Amino acid sequence: MATILGRATEIGGVSRAARRSYSWVREIPLVPLLLVTVLVLAAVLAPVLAPHSHLDPVKPTPGQCQAKYGMADCPYVDNMPPFWFSQGTFATPLGTDYLGRDLLSRLMYGARISLVVALTGTLFAGAIGTLLGVLAGYMGKWWDQIIMRVTDAWLTLPSLVFAILLSSVRGPGVWNIVLILALVFWSRYSRAVRGEVLALREREFVRLAEINGVGKLKIIRRHLIPNVMNTVMVLFSLQVGVAVIIEASLSFLGVGVPPPEPSWGLMMAQERESLMQGKWWLAVFPGICITMLVLSANMLGDWLRVRLDPQLRNR
Amino acid sequence: MRKYVLLRGFYSLVTLWLLVTIIFAMVRLTGDPVAMKGEIGADATYLERIKHDWGLDQPVYWQYTGFIGNLLKGDFGHSFEKSLPVRDIYFERLPNSLKLGFAAFVISLALGVPFGMLSALKVNTWWDNAGKMIALLGLSMPGFFVGLVLIIIFGVQLGWLPVLGKGSSAFVWSNPATWAPFWFRDWPHLAMPAFALGWYFSGAMLRITRSGMLDVLGSDYIKLVRLKGVPERMVVAKHALKNSLIPVLTFAGLNLLIMVNVAVVIEVIFNWPGVGQLLYDGLSNRDFPMVQGVVLMSGLMIVMLNFVIDVLYGYVDPRIRLSR
Amino acid sequence: MPPLLRVDDLRAYYFGFRGTRVVKAIDGVSFSLEAGETFGLVGESGCGKTSTCHAIVRLLPPSARIVSGRIELEGEDLLGKSQTEMRQIRGRRIATILQDPMASLDPLFSIYDQVAEPAYYHRAFRGRRLRQRVKELLSAVRIPSPERRMKDLPHQMSGGMRQRIVGAIALAGGPQVIIADEPTTNLDVTIQLQYLNLLKDLQRASGVALIFVTHNLGIVAKMCDKVGVMYAGKIVEMQSVRGLFYNPRHPYTRALLDSIPKLGTKDPLYVIPGQPPDLSRLPAGCSFQPRCQSAMERCRVEEPSEQHLDDAATTRCWLPLHEATTRG
Repeated sequence: MATILGRATEIGGVSRAARRSYSWVREIPLVPLLLVTVLVLAAVLAPVLAPHSHLDPVKPTPGQCQAKYGMADCPYVDNMPPFWFSQGTFATPLGTDYLGRDLLSRLMYGARISLVVALTGTLFAGAIGTLLGVLAGYMGKWWDQIIMRVTDAWLTLPSLVFAILLSSVRGPGVWNIVLILALVFWSRYSRAVRGEVLALREREFVRLAEINGVGKLKIIRRHLIPNVMNTVMVLFSLQVGVAVIIEASLSFLGVGVPPPEPSWGLMMAQERESLMQGKWWLAVFPGICITMLVLSANMLGDWLRVRLDPQLRNR
Repeated sequence: MRKYVLLRGFYSLVTLWLLVTIIFAMVRLTGDPVAMKGEIGADATYLERIKHDWGLDQPVYWQYTGFIGNLLKGDFGHSFEKSLPVRDIYFERLPNSLKLGFAAFVISLALGVPFGMLSALKVNTWWDNAGKMIALLGLSMPGFFVGLVLIIIFGVQLGWLPVLGKGSSAFVWSNPATWAPFWFRDWPHLAMPAFALGWYFSGAMLRITRSGMLDVLGSDYIKLVRLKGVPERMVVAKHALKNSLIPVLTFAGLNLLIMVNVAVVIEVIFNWPGVGQLLYDGLSNRDFPMVQGVVLMSGLMIVMLNFVIDVLYGYVDPRIRLSR
Repeated sequence: MPPLLRVDDLRAYYFGFRGTRVVKAIDGVSFSLEAGETFGLVGESGCGKTSTCHAIVRLLPPSARIVSGRIELEGEDLLGKSQTEMRQIRGRRIATILQDPMASLDPLFSIYDQVAEPAYYHRAFRGRRLRQRVKELLSAVRIPSPERRMKDLPHQMSGGMRQRIVGAIALAGGPQVIIADEPTTNLDVTIQLQYLNLLKDLQRASGVALIFVTHNLGIVAKMCDKVGVMYAGKIVEMQSVRGLFYNPRHPYTRALLDSIPKLGTKDPLYVIPGQPPDLSRLPAGCSFQPRCQSAMERCRVEEPSEQHLDDAATTRCWLPLHEATTRG
């Protein structure tokens, strides 16, 4: 009988491993992965790759000044179109903005800001939310009551409205947005994590540790936090996209990243005037960048969710 | 049922109190209400005067009781810029926001629910993938980007639709004659902002409908209905639809108010004089009481609507009121 | 005259992971059923019992496909029918009772609505006649004060009552066959017997044939005329109830019977070694061979074919033949 049992589990083990490697290879979403890689590379290597400074105007050639203003020399040429237009040049592939700065370089540095702000903000939110969620779920009683009531109240306000309120007392600034994102989004994590912990608390390995007199802190550290990490990771990847949009919205409203730093949202706000004059590219390129980043974050998040929770495969 | 309503009402009050407290605490812990004023280089005596006017020089507990007391009296603060009660300004703007919100809501329902159902009914087919892709795009394209693209195409290039403002019709509370026509006029002005706003929510709606429908379609009771030999179209239209619409409608009801409140960026782009623009005005005029007042009003409205939805939910789905 | 229901060499596979994994849930099932007869289908969970039930009414999940075989109802081929034609059969000629009474009623519609549906769609009952019919059905399944209870919603009823209502729904279309898929598994033990008696009574009164799926041999003994024992998608032994209990032919049947607790003995309970097989990777030869106590060399290489034994019993095992040849 022992041999039979042994063989049975062996067969099961092999098949499960085979299935896992199969789904791994086939189901990695290549498109979003590629997009994220491109954006991250652009952000990290911006100082090397960017053709021009992101803060200073591009030095124009005399010919450009002559063509645009009829002068031999000028400090900058503003609103240059992308290269495929007749006035465009490859020196500024996507054209220049209203202050003559290179759009491509600004987009690359903008990726830096978006990524850093969204990732750190979400990270802080995740850390706070996970901790409070674990506390609420595991300690129970009034811990649970207080933390969850506050979480629910916190969740009532739409995130953008809350973020605007906080930004009105913080003022613009990159780290202010990180703080705001952390303060607005932690409640999403604590709600989900608490539910998870409530289920984990009843599981045998936690029970066993309790019976053996393992301390609460150690149980939280060794058993609960590692086991809620799947949920937290999925939530994290889905929240990054929302955080990017919130950062862009705040910058758009002028309470996010302060100028002259190139935030995608701010760039779109600054170019609303040129949009009305038919110079659509200045606002559309940052918009495409935001969409690409959020889209790939969401797709990776969805994939992660399916991978970590097979029950959701069709959701 | 009565017990259920009372209990829900009590929870709502607790939530409201917590929310108000959170707002009070967060504002004072993370920053300074006069921070925005300080930036323009105003002199110290001026800032001191504002602080005194807003009661910020008093002890915190005193500020808090005064804050709560004012809210209980229905005083949500006075706009610094317009020297009017925020509540009055809010209600004056609310119809505009509601008009935009309703339109966006209808668009999000019209896009999200049918495609979500189709996606669920034809799960794992080409239809389903298309639906998932639409939902993903909806959730990934910020509303203001959609708005700008719409302006470029329909406003600037084609010139079909007006780009700014809400048109000439206005809703005046004191004049009942304006109440009805307001909703039915100036739809061209409404088209682009409503679509830009509805777009994002249609993605969320599609997902919720799809997953709710999938849950229901996979349930034993739908299996039994099929085993009874009920025509497939009735299985979907009668049993599956009614069951899967409950979560969708709860979500949708909340969405309506959230739409009214997060329309800030859309309202700014299209210069739509709604509640969201009040927030923007507050920000750009460095008018903190206005920002806080609008946020408080929004919170109040959402908590109230949550309560109404909970009660309705209890009526529609008897299991809920009995289980709690 | 053809039997009421005949299933012949039915095979239905689930195709998972984009067709790379094939689960042979039903792998050559044959049986037949006469009017008024009760056929029991016994086996461990996951052996294909439920899939067989769904395959007969052609309501397998989308990932599953009937690959071959025949299903005939009074000589009519069911596999050749369109889904629209099948709809006329489900509920009208073949009704089903599901396992979980708590989950099998739509929570948002009244008992009346749900019981009335088959009568409405299949028997064209309308208005007062429909109401009358529902009342009769509810009385037949012994729901007290049916007139009042039929306005209730499912959540207002106990599990036992709900399962009786599912029974009423099954009867509502006036079917020739009722497939009961573990109808009492989720009921309290005290209610189980009540429900079984009710089913028996209803069957006697209406002359309907019953396919009774269960893993409880005690219920089989009480309810069934003929029994099929399923293992890994196949019926490994089929014979009358008496035969099954007094003269089991397949080692698996024997093992099942041995693992019933017996009163009055202190012997340790027999446990079948090993686990039910993974239907996507069945062992070579006989599927039961790795767990079989009397497995022979032949069992590991050659899958046993169906052996027709003297007393109308069939079995898929080399052993009876082997015994016959060694004895003779």
